[in-house]
Amino acid sequence: MVSEFAGFASLAPAYPEMLLAVCAMALLMIGVFAKKEIAPSISGIAIGVLIAVGVLIVFGGTEGTIFAGGFINDGFARFMKVLIIAGSVFALILTVSTAADKGLNKFEYPVLIVLATLGMLMMVSANDLMSLYVGLELQSLSLYVLAAFRRDSAKATEAGLKYFVLGALSSGMLLYGASLVYGFTGHTQLDQIAQAVALGERNVGIIFGLVFLLAGLAFKISAVPFHMWTPDVYEGAPTPVTAFFASAPKVAAMALLIRIVFDAFEPIARDWQQVIIFISIASMVLAAFAAIGQRNLKRLIAFSSIGHVGFALVGLSAGNLVGVEGVAIYMAVYLTMTIGLFACILALKNEDGYVENIDDLAGLSQNRPFVAAMIAMFMFSLIGLPPLAGFFAKWHVFLAAIEARLFILAVIGMLASAVSAFYYLRVVKVMYFDEPVNSYATPAIELRFVMALTGFLVLSYYFTVGAPLAQLAHNAAGSLF
Amino acid sequence: MILNNNILTIVTFLPLVGAFFILLTPGRDDVAVLNIKRIALATTTVTFLFTLVMWGMFDPDTAEFQFVQNYPWVGDVIGYRMGVDGISILFIVLTGLLMPMCILASWESISFRVREYMVLFLVLETLMIGVFATLDLAMFYVFFEGSLIPMFLIIGIWGGKKRIQASYKFFFYTFVGSVLMLLAIMAMYWYAGTLDISRLLQVEFPESMQIWLWLAFFASLAVKMPMWPFHRWLPEAHVEAPTAGSVILAAILLKMGGYGFLRFSLPMFPDASVFFADFVFVLSVAAIIITSLVALVQTDIKKLIAYSSVAHMGFVTMGIFTGNVYGVQGAIFQMISHGIVSGALFLSVGVIYDRMHTRDIAAYGGLVERMPRYAFAFMVFTMANVGLPGTSGFVGEFLTLLAIFQVNTWFAILATTGVILSACYALWLYRQVIFGGLEKESLKGILDLNAREMLTIVPLIILTIFFGFYPAPLLDATAVSVQALVDQYAAASGLAGAVQ
Repeated sequence: MVSEFAGFASLAPAYPEMLLAVCAMALLMIGVFAKKEIAPSISGIAIGVLIAVGVLIVFGGTEGTIFAGGFINDGFARFMKVLIIAGSVFALILTVSTAADKGLNKFEYPVLIVLATLGMLMMVSANDLMSLYVGLELQSLSLYVLAAFRRDSAKATEAGLKYFVLGALSSGMLLYGASLVYGFTGHTQLDQIAQAVALGERNVGIIFGLVFLLAGLAFKISAVPFHMWTPDVYEGAPTPVTAFFASAPKVAAMALLIRIVFDAFEPIARDWQQVIIFISIASMVLAAFAAIGQRNLKRLIAFSSIGHVGFALVGLSAGNLVGVEGVAIYMAVYLTMTIGLFACILALKNEDGYVENIDDLAGLSQNRPFVAAMIAMFMFSLIGLPPLAGFFAKWHVFLAAIEARLFILAVIGMLASAVSAFYYLRVVKVMYFDEPVNSYATPAIELRFVMALTGFLVLSYYFTVGAPLAQLAHNAAGSLF
Repeated sequence: MILNNNILTIVTFLPLVGAFFILLTPGRDDVAVLNIKRIALATTTVTFLFTLVMWGMFDPDTAEFQFVQNYPWVGDVIGYRMGVDGISILFIVLTGLLMPMCILASWESISFRVREYMVLFLVLETLMIGVFATLDLAMFYVFFEGSLIPMFLIIGIWGGKKRIQASYKFFFYTFVGSVLMLLAIMAMYWYAGTLDISRLLQVEFPESMQIWLWLAFFASLAVKMPMWPFHRWLPEAHVEAPTAGSVILAAILLKMGGYGFLRFSLPMFPDASVFFADFVFVLSVAAIIITSLVALVQTDIKKLIAYSSVAHMGFVTMGIFTGNVYGVQGAIFQMISHGIVSGALFLSVGVIYDRMHTRDIAAYGGLVERMPRYAFAFMVFTMANVGLPGTSGFVGEFLTLLAIFQVNTWFAILATTGVILSACYALWLYRQVIFGGLEKESLKGILDLNAREMLTIVPLIILTIFFGFYPAPLLDATAVSVQALVDQYAAASGLAGAVQ
C-alpha cells in the first residue's frame, strides 16, 4: 500500500498531464451521456480545467525525469507548457460567442482541444523518440478532426483532408528519421543518442535520420519548404480553429524541435545548423514575397506565420543559449499577437456574416475605431516596429544570430522583414486611408476583453512584461544547457 | 532635486500623458473636439516650458551627460537610460518649441478625426524627444524607428491627393535603412558588452569593424537626413503631408539623421569617418548643387522648399565630417536654424494653402497687396533660407563653409555656389508669390494673417533674426560638448584636424 503510494508520488512531474488526460475523458463521457445543449458548459469546464492545469504547472511543477527517461519536466518544458495552455484557453474563449455561427457548438470541440493540448504537453516533455511520436500524433489527430469539424462545409473538409494527407506524410518522414537514428545509435532516448553521437564518428546514417526528423518537424511548424498546407488549412478551417492552429501547436512543435536538436544532436550542431539556417531564410523570404498577393485575411496570416517561424528559427540557428532564450520570447510574443489578431478578425461581423477579405475592412477605423486600432497595432507589431512587442521579439533572436556571427542570415532576415512590412501596411492602409464600405456589429464582450488584454501586453511590453519575460525565458533556456 | 533627476523623463513622457487624456475625453461633438485641441495645446505648451526649464538648469561648462537616469531593464541588456549634453539639448528645446505651433497650425485646417490626429502628434512628440534624450542605443532605435508609425498615419490619413504613395515611400525608405542600423547596434553590443551610449563612446572598435558599422549607420541616417541620392522620399512626403506634418518632418525628423551622425558615426567610428569623409563631402556637395538646381524648376511651393531642405542638409553633413569645431558647431547651428526656418516656411505655405487650397506657384502672385504682414514674414524666412547675414541661416552656412575650407578648398568652392543657387530659387519663389500684380480673381478676397497665425509665425520671426544677430546662446550651449567631441575625434583618428 505504502509502496504503491510512493510509486504514484514518483510520477509527480507528470501530474498536470495526468489530470488533463483524466478530465478529457471525463468531459467526453459527460458529453456523450448528457443532453444536446451541453456544449457551452463543456467549453466552460474545459477552460477551467486548462487553467487549473496551468496553475499546477506554474506552482506545483515538480521537475525531473520519469517513465524510464521517456518523460522530462524541466524549466524549458514548463515555460513552453504555460504558453501552450494559454493558447488553448484563449482559443476556447474565442469560440464562446462565435461557436454557433461557425458550427462549432458541439461538445466534441472543447474535448478535442483538450486532447490536442494534452498531446502538445507530451511533445514538450518528450525525452524519447517514442514518447515524442505518441505526443505528436495525439496532437495531430485531434487537429485533423478540428480542421474538418464543419463537415457540411466543402472548404473545411478540403482543409482537413489536405492537412491529414500531408500531415501523415510528414509523420512518416519523422518516423523514418527516428528509425534511422535508432538503427545507427541503438538508442531512442535523447540524452543517450547524444552520447552515442558524441562518441562515434561522423555518420551519414545519423545525419540522414536527423534530416528526416527535421523535415517532419518543419512540416509541423510550417516552415518552407514544408509550408504548402498552411494557407489552405488556415483559410478553410473555421476561424476559431485557425486561431488555435496558429498559436499553441506552433509553440509545441518549436519546443520539440529545440529539444531534439539540443538534447540529442548537440555534438553535431554544425550539421543541423545548416538545415535550420536554410529553412529559416527560405521561410522568411518566401513568406515576405508570397503574402504580397494575398487578398484573404486568413491566408495573409498563414503566410505571416510562415515568416514568423522563419524569424524564430533565426534564434535557433545561432545554436546558443541566447538563441533559445530568443526563440522562447519570440514564441510568447507571437502567441500573444496571433491570439489578439484572431480576436479582432472574429469581431468583424456584419449582416452578411464574418468578413475575411482585406478589402472589406475599408474605413474600419471610422466604424469600429477600437478594433481598427488594435488590428493596426498588431500589424505594426508583426512588422517588428518599436516600441511594440514584436520588435523586442526580433531583437532577441537577431541578437543571438549576431553573437553567433551569422551576419548574412541576419541581413537577409532584416531585409525580409522590411519587405513583409508591405503587406502588413496594406491592411492598415485599407482600414485607415480608405473610405468605409461596411458597417459592423458590436463585438462580443469576451472578444473585446481578449483584444484589450493582448493589445495592452503588446503596447506596454517594454514597461510591463518585457523584463520578467526575458528573465523567465533565460531560466527556461538555461535548463537545456 | 526631484525635478533635476527626473526632468528628462517628464519632458519625454508628458506628451504621452496628454495623449492619454485625449483618448479619455468623451463625446464626438464640437465641444469635445475643442477640448481635445485645448488639451493638446496645453500639453505641448507645458512640455515646451519644461524644456526651457531644463535648458535653464543645463550646465554648459561640462561635456558630461546631465540629468542622467540609469535603470537596468529588459534582461539587463536594454536599459532605461536618459541624459543630455550640449549636442542633444537644443534639439529637445526645438521640438518643444515647434509642437505648440504645429497644434495651432492644425487648429482649423484639420477638420476630421481630430482626436486621432492630436493623439498621434503627441505620441510623435514623445518619440522625437526620446530620440535626443535617451542614452541607450537600443532605446535610441526604438524612438527613432517608432516615429515611423505616427508619421505614416499622419501623412496617409490627413495628406493630399497622392498621400498613400507618399506615406509608403516615406515608410520604406526609412525602414530599409534602419534595419541595417539595428544589426549594427547588436554587433556593437556583442563587441562592447553594453548599450550605454556614454560607455560606448569610450570603446574603441577595430577598424575593419568600424567600416561596416559606419556603413550600416549611414544606411539609416543618410536616408533620414536625407542625403542625395537617398532623398527621393522627402519631396513627396513633404508635399502630401498636412502642414504640421511637413513642419515636423523638416524641422525635427530630418535632424535625427544629423544627430545620429554626431552622436554615433563621428565619435564611435572615427577611423571609418576619416575613411569615408571625402565620400560624404562628394554627396554633400552634390546635394547642395543638384537639389538646388532641381528646386529651381519646381512649380509646387512645398516641393521647392523640400528640395531646398535637402540642399541645406548638405551643409550639415559636410560640416559634421570636417571633424573640426567650426564644422560641428556650424552643423548643429544649421540644424537648429533650419528647424526654425523651414518649419516657419512650411507654416507660411500652410497659411495660403488653407485659404486657396493649392500649392501651385503659378496660382499666386501679388499677395503683398492684400497680405502685407504675411509678405513681411515670408520675406524674413526667405532671406534666412538664402542665408542672408543677419538671419540665423547665415551663421550655420558660414561656419560650415569655413570648416570645409580648412579641409578642402575645392569642396568649399563648389559648396559656396549652393548659396548663390539658393538665392536664385528662394528669391524667384518670393517674387512669384508675393510680388507682381494681384491679377487673379480668386486672390482678390484673400485675408492677411489672423491672430492665431500671428501667434505661430511671429515668435519664429523673432528667433530667426535674434539668432542671426546674436548666435551666442546656441553656440555657448554646444561649445564644450563639441570641443570634447572634436578632441576625442582628433585623438582617435590621429588627425590634427582640430584647428583652434
